[in-house]
Amino acid sequence: MKISSQTKQKIAFTLLGAAAVLVIVPVIVIFAILIEKGLPAINWQFLTAMPRMGMRAGGIFPAIMGTMYLVLGTIVVALPLGVLAAIYLVEYARQNWLTRMIEVAIVNLAGVPSVVYGLFGMGLFVIFLRFGASILAGSLTLAIMILPVIITASKEALSSVPRSFREASLALGVSKWQTIRCVVLPNALPGILTGTILGISRAAGETAPILFTVAAFYLPRLPKSVFDQCMALPYHLYVLSTQVPNVNPKIQYGTALVLVGLVFLLNLVAIITRSYIRSKKQW
Amino acid sequence: MVTPTENDLKNQEGIGPVTQGDKIVIENLSIDYGTVQALKNVSFSVKEREILGVIGPANSGKTSFLRALNRLNDLDLSVRTRGSIRLNGKDVFRQMDAEEVRKKVTMVFALPIPLPMSIFDNVAYGPRRHGVKDKRELVKIVEKSLQAAFLWDEVKDRLSSSAMKLSGGQQQRLCIARTLAVDPEVILYDEPCSGLDPISTAKVEEAMFELKAKYTQILVTNNVKQAARVGDRVAFFLMGELVEIDEADKLFTAPRDKRTDDYITGRFG
Repeated sequence: MKISSQTKQKIAFTLLGAAAVLVIVPVIVIFAILIEKGLPAINWQFLTAMPRMGMRAGGIFPAIMGTMYLVLGTIVVALPLGVLAAIYLVEYARQNWLTRMIEVAIVNLAGVPSVVYGLFGMGLFVIFLRFGASILAGSLTLAIMILPVIITASKEALSSVPRSFREASLALGVSKWQTIRCVVLPNALPGILTGTILGISRAAGETAPILFTVAAFYLPRLPKSVFDQCMALPYHLYVLSTQVPNVNPKIQYGTALVLVGLVFLLNLVAIITRSYIRSKKQW
Repeated sequence: MVTPTENDLKNQEGIGPVTQGDKIVIENLSIDYGTVQALKNVSFSVKEREILGVIGPANSGKTSFLRALNRLNDLDLSVRTRGSIRLNGKDVFRQMDAEEVRKKVTMVFALPIPLPMSIFDNVAYGPRRHGVKDKRELVKIVEKSLQAAFLWDEVKDRLSSSAMKLSGGQQQRLCIARTLAVDPEVILYDEPCSGLDPISTAKVEEAMFELKAKYTQILVTNNVKQAARVGDRVAFFLMGELVEIDEADKLFTAPRDKRTDDYITGRFG
């Protein structure tokens, strides 16, 4: 049988379209299940109260706050470090063995499994540097984990700023650093934010890196300093699902919904910031 | 990057002799891109407050020459420069740093490159980076520069709107205003009208005429007629060599070199 090229094209388009549509199916299913089973658990008390009765009742407030602290700590460490490294690599570094080593290291860092980061963080920050299991150790571990994401995105954002902008500034006798600060960075900001969004989402949702470095099994109070342990949503969810018998599934799904919602909210804030900055730039 | 030989340094140390009225003195200037020689042993001088037109076909080395004058070639690591360029008697490679040179010898590029900010901020960009903080002084500099570039009347009511919204010709005059704002001594133009319509071109040329009172200007152009209209003197480059430099009238009516004649009458290039 001979199929006309028209028909072939139709079949191909249908297959391509189906593949694209298929991507949204898991997202919808996950959200549907979480909302159906988790929403009934969510109320003001669930979000703002301490857990009670071995986490079988009460709220998840310390876990929410713990995750917030960790995300904040991670950004504070990873964002400046990542952006500075990207600026060096894009604007200053010459092509030599050192920069090639750095590039290879970044690619490899991105491929390391998260549990390895957890063990590394425990070895370096918790034990060797004697931070103990603490917000500091956890944030540093998460920061190292998302560093490659931020560096790679920032590098791309910096390289996409037209060379002509740099030359126009340099041709006025403006120094290279001033050019980077006043012309290149403002125009690269949306791209840098995108990378940060991706990194934050990952940091907020990971369990393995915080397992050994910060997460508390059950700690019904808020941390007092960066050297305290804290609860965190992903680990709390893991504990509720596997370590505590007879938990109402409502609470498990509710916790999962809050975690997903929190990541979603973080993304949303960053996306709005980004589009606001973008709307103000005109090229 | 410059790699002078020991002999070069011996000969060119200190302030060299300057003929009265010479703004820029170029001696034995050669520029290589890797193994390709873009400019071959060029020597001549540019007079104070003249408009020097530089013409020549593609790959004649005229843009490389222009970018050597304000050391923009430094940005390309494959470029090797030999010889010397002296500005007011001072060697721009050995006795001045790049920022100092570029502040005195600014450049207007082929395509207008407004920075993505307001008209006011574009013109104030240079002075701000060079340390002018006083708001009233900035306003004064911006107005003066825009007037000198013949743009003030067209934009004075919308200084805070985006420079990207201006037309191509306005953008190019904005770029001229931006270079004037850093109070340069020499202005380089790299085919500044290649993307402009005839009316915008006329306005840019008009601005150049007015600027003659204060600035030395060097205009690289693919448009031979433009060099004839605007230039006091004209230099003809061919394959990295300076073939001829003379008063515009003489060069266009009675060129000494056969190749110049061929080029300006359109027999090649």
